[in-house]
Formats: sequence, C-alpha cells, structure tokens
Amino acid sequence: MYVYADNAATTSLSKKALEAMTPYFCETYGNASSLHSPGQRAAEALQRARETVAGAIHADFKEIYFTGGGSEADNQAILTGAAIGARKGKKHIISTAFEHHAVLHTLDKLKKQGYEITLLDVHENGVVTARQVADAIREDTALVTVMFVNNEIGTIQPIAEIGAVCRERGVLFHTDAVQAVGHIPVDVEALNVDMLSMAAHKFHGPKGVGALYARRGVPLVNVIEGGQQERGKRGGTENIPGIVGMAAALEEAVTGLDRNMAYVTALREKLIGGLSKIPHSRLNGDREKRVPGTVNFCFEGIEGESLLLLLDARGIAASSGSACTSGSLDPSHVLLALGLPHEIAHGSLRLSIDAYNTEEEIDHIIRSVPEVVDYLRDMSPVWDALERGETPHLI
Amino acid sequence: MALYSDKVMDHFQHPRNVGKMEDADGIGEVGNAVCGDIMRMYIKVRDGIITDVSFITFGCGSAIASSSMATEMIKGMPIEKALELSNKAVAEALDGLPAHKLHCSVLAEEAVRAAVKDYYDKHDIAYDPAIFGCDVACAHQHDHDAPAEA
Repeated sequence: MYVYADNAATTSLSKKALEAMTPYFCETYGNASSLHSPGQRAAEALQRARETVAGAIHADFKEIYFTGGGSEADNQAILTGAAIGARKGKKHIISTAFEHHAVLHTLDKLKKQGYEITLLDVHENGVVTARQVADAIREDTALVTVMFVNNEIGTIQPIAEIGAVCRERGVLFHTDAVQAVGHIPVDVEALNVDMLSMAAHKFHGPKGVGALYARRGVPLVNVIEGGQQERGKRGGTENIPGIVGMAAALEEAVTGLDRNMAYVTALREKLIGGLSKIPHSRLNGDREKRVPGTVNFCFEGIEGESLLLLLDARGIAASSGSACTSGSLDPSHVLLALGLPHEIAHGSLRLSIDAYNTEEEIDHIIRSVPEVVDYLRDMSPVWDALERGETPHLI
Repeated sequence: MALYSDKVMDHFQHPRNVGKMEDADGIGEVGNAVCGDIMRMYIKVRDGIITDVSFITFGCGSAIASSSMATEMIKGMPIEKALELSNKAVAEALDGLPAHKLHCSVLAEEAVRAAVKDYYDKHDIAYDPAIFGCDVACAHQHDHDAPAEA
C-alpha cells in the first residue's frame, strides 16, 4: 500500500479532467486567437471553461483571468493592489505573517520599492480576526491580502468578515484561496473579496494553470506582457488543455463538495484522534476552524525530514516544515508564526488527505506514524534529555 | 536524481552502532536543537584504540547517516588517527551529500573530536589544546548559509 497524503502540495489529475483535456492536445490544438475554425473551436472551449470556473465561485465569466498557476495569480493581484494604491498616494499593505511565499516574497519586493507592509499576528491557533484588520487599516492602506486557508496547517481565516471590513473602509481585498477552492464553499459575492487566486492542481486539475478572479472594475496590472489574451491582462497563448482540465476538475469538485467535505472530515477526525495518542505531540492550528483535509502535528524530540523519509519507506507520502526539508536555516515560517520554538517546529509533520483517500489508508498512517516516532525518539539525544528530565517538555 | 545517495539511505535506514553506551570512556555531544541537529557519540578506549563506538542523533537523514558512517570509520582506530577523521572523508564515504547537507558531515567530525576530548579530560590524559581548535563547544556554530565546500 502506498498512501498519498500530500494533497496540499499537489494532487493527482482526475480522470474526468484528463478526459476533458485529451482532445485539446492533438485534435483541437488551435490557437484561441486564430480566426480559422480550429482556433475558434479552441476559443469556444476557453469560453466554456471560463464560464464553468466563474460559476463555481459565483463570479461572472468576465471576472476570471487564467494564469500560469496560483503563484502568478497572487503576484498579479498584489501588484495590482499596489499599483492602484500608488496612483492615490497609498502605499501601505496589510497581510499576515503566515502567507504563502508567493504573497510574502511579492510583498518583500514592494517593501524595497517603498511600500510599508503590516503583517498581522496569526495567534497560537493560526487564525487572524477581522478586528485585527480593522485596527490595522490606515488612510494610506492600498490593499489587504489574507489567505483563505493556510497551506501548512489548514486553518480557515474569516474571509467574509475581513472582506466586509475592507468594503466598509474602501480598501481593496485579495485572498489567496489556493487551498480553499474545491475543498470548501467559495462564493466571491458572499466573501466580499475583490480578487481571489486559485490553482488547478490543488483540486485534481493539471499543474501550471490557475486563475485570478478580479471583480469588475478592478484594473489588473499585467505581470506578463505580450498580447490581447485574457482581455489584455495576461499575455501568452492560452494553455487550452490545462484550462479545460482545470474547469472540469473544479466542476467535479464543486459538484461533490458537500459529500466530500463530510467524508474527508470524518477521515481527518480519525487521523487526529489516532495521532493525538502519541505522547508529547501537538496538533497545530485551531481545532475547529480548519479545512477538511489538512492536519499538522509536531512531535517533540524528533526532526521532520527523517520522519518523512522513514514514512516514505513505509509507503506514506507526507511533508514537513522542518528546516532540513526546505534547505534553509529556519523551520517553516508558518509554524514560527504560531509561536512555536524552533526545536518543536523542526519536528513537524503535515498530512493532507482528500476524497481520494480511504479509511484503510488512514489506518495505515495511524499505525505507522507512532512506530516511526518511537524509533526516532529512541535514537534522539533531545528525547533522551527530555525523558531524563534534563530539559523540560515543551509540548 | 534522488536527494540522497544509496549509501546515505542505507546508513539512514539501517544505522550502524546506534544507541546509548552505559560504560563509555568518552562522550561527545555537538549541535543545537534550535538548528535542528544534535549528535552524541560514545567511545570505548583500550590501549589507545577505539574498541567500541555508538551514537544517538536528532536530525535529518544525512545527520543520522553521517553519524553512522563516522562510527564505522573510527571503530578499531588508534585514537590519534580518529582525530584526523575529516568531514570530507565522511561525506566521500557516503558517496557525497547534497551541498546544503554538508554541515551534517562536519557535525560527525566534531562529535568524534568531542568524544575524544571528553575521554582525555576524564582520564587526565595530557594533550595540546590546539588540536581541538578553539573549543569543541563553539565549533558546531556552523553556518548553514556558508557556501558549500567540496
């Protein structure tokens, strides 16, 4: 048995999406900008996909701009907010400390260009509040960008409430919904968002394609120049197979959403229950405000990369926020933002499951993780010092 | 290409000489939990020869593999010879380590030296402090961002 429990990293392509895409490689391969009939058939497929994606989030098709993925959509949304603000002399942006690097690195770039960035504290439970946003908004605030679901710990942010605050104060609001779309209900009207990013490969669509929702009247700034594609806002020949696959996968995910959410939540509860029995472990992030499939634990006295490699050898694909898995000095900025000390954050494990997983697979994870944790603790000088009382247990 | 060589994976998944040693003659511990890796090495010495060695390590796959390989390399060695063990030799014996993991082999070298120093100190064996550089305790302040060495 090999259990794929890293769906927050990427997912397999759904069979329906693959079937939908297949004709657009070798049969209907025209350029959607071409006037001949193969081109026009591609343009029709593009339009259908745009309507499908728009419908899935309660948007108008004219508000959907296809991109090369979630990161590009995040970049474009933030640079747009920054540019609109700058025209009015507003150069302050509000975000959170545990955004995806697609957001944080774009904000770093803007900071070097003279923007002032406020990163809100995400508290021990990994949830910001609308009140924090309200308190942080200033006269010169150009943009608020807050992720919908955190990619490492799965906590859901109060996007509708934050959106309401932003609307009332007249501040543009973007949400990185890459981990939300296809997993929980997303309705851009109800959420009061002006821009929203999504990525196909997080909901069983293909890699390399995403979309940016931009409310009518929000003038997007180009990240890629080059043509009149996407209403002139994203140059480059459209990735028709990818876009068609994205639409098919999203339609499938949204159609089965209620059933999948109930199913995955039940699996997750079993997983949390099983792993919580490991002594000196901790579930990261709010117990209730979380997406169905993402679970993040810290185990004291062990290091995440060795945990991952041993789980892989036992047939489980997971991920970790340990420094060793990133190649950098520090463990995950998300776990540090929760206030976890470095030595605890090094021992983290993220398991992200979805409707493709089975109960037998969850049983396999619940059996294997404690064995591997015990094995590593047995050879850990950190655990030895904890058990002998030389250093106090932190969790 | 896989992250690690087959040899690293072998020593990581089947570490040699792993475990605590109750009657060790010298114990060396290097590293820092904040950085994400700690190695503790135990040695047993008879007539100037390292007759037994074991380790416990908190760290990533390459840290565990480097510890395991270092113990294999110094087992049966005269103590002066063990002090010559270089991180480069450990990394080479593992068929190489990724650039950002080379510090794991440095830790292994330092753990051996720390264990020998502890043995000398505990047994009142005179030595030239210069052979341990400044102080073993500070030697592990490795710089993760330092450019990779061969």
